[in-house]
Amino acid sequence: MRGILGEKMGMTQVFDDEGRVVPVTVLKVAGCRVGQVKTEDTDGYGAVQLCLGTMRENRVNKPMAGHARKYGIDPPRHTVEIRTSPEDEFEAGQVVSADIFEAGERVDVVGVSKGKGFAGVMKRHNFSGLKASHGTHRVHRHGGAIGMCATPSRVIKGMRMAGRMGHERVTVQNIQVVAADPERELLLLKGGVPGPRGSVVVVRDQAKPRLKQAKGSE
Amino acid sequence: MNPTDIVDQQHLRDVPAFAPGDTLKVHVKVSEGGRERIQVFQGVVVKRQGSGVRATFTGRKVSFGVGVERTFPLHSPTVDKIEVITKGDVRRAKLYYLRDRVGKAAKVKEKR
Repeated sequence: MRGILGEKMGMTQVFDDEGRVVPVTVLKVAGCRVGQVKTEDTDGYGAVQLCLGTMRENRVNKPMAGHARKYGIDPPRHTVEIRTSPEDEFEAGQVVSADIFEAGERVDVVGVSKGKGFAGVMKRHNFSGLKASHGTHRVHRHGGAIGMCATPSRVIKGMRMAGRMGHERVTVQNIQVVAADPERELLLLKGGVPGPRGSVVVVRDQAKPRLKQAKGSE
Repeated sequence: MNPTDIVDQQHLRDVPAFAPGDTLKVHVKVSEGGRERIQVFQGVVVKRQGSGVRATFTGRKVSFGVGVERTFPLHSPTVDKIEVITKGDVRRAKLYYLRDRVGKAAKVKEKR
């Protein structure tokens, strides 16, 4: 499992070889480094801590400062652990750069989606709402009935209703890498990626590689 | 400056200055059956839209009595060359009124 942390810079478009427009998300992948490496022998499972960003010395708490010192890295602002298999080679303190991926590969991206606040059922659960006219009064965006009558005289569990939406961990699978540019420390991914600009996302190998692509592009 | 501008800059190309009302010759790369050739579209610029790499422009011509409008991405590599033939004298940015006109009325005055 390869993985890297990046900061979402925003979206734009590029032209491919045939002059077609490709929508891309630009990720800044500067200063991603490896912290603790966990192995089957020492921790019972294989994983690696990826670190991004730095903090002012006086803002780092002592456990984190000691942890970072142990692996010879600057205290990170963000730490994310990804699972690895025994054949993956990671070393504490190693710098991970954009060239671990190449153009055309497919990856999964994990991020925290944009918060939408308290959202109604139409936005949150794609309900259709009620009619625009024919006597509908002030309930155009409502969800309608939420249950039955005297039996069971309660609302069944898991009923979809209005509530807080967004700002949750989202994984988007099967995203194509358009370009990996280690010199400028950029990663271009086709299409959108969860989260606002400036948020940190994890780019990692596909959990479910598809057979057709594996034959074609890799 | 947007943070993504460093990506956009490498895709920006030198294009001649032109405005709505100008008549252009647009040399477009067309690939058919593995071969690539250049096709010329000559028409009046009806509008320009967008900025940076996303900018596009729309040309209009009347071909065999049928109005044809075609929109090109300004910085697309498929647009081989843009030649400005004449400058037009127009008072608005979007020349949609040309769609309702036929014959001589659909002509754009030349700037002098």
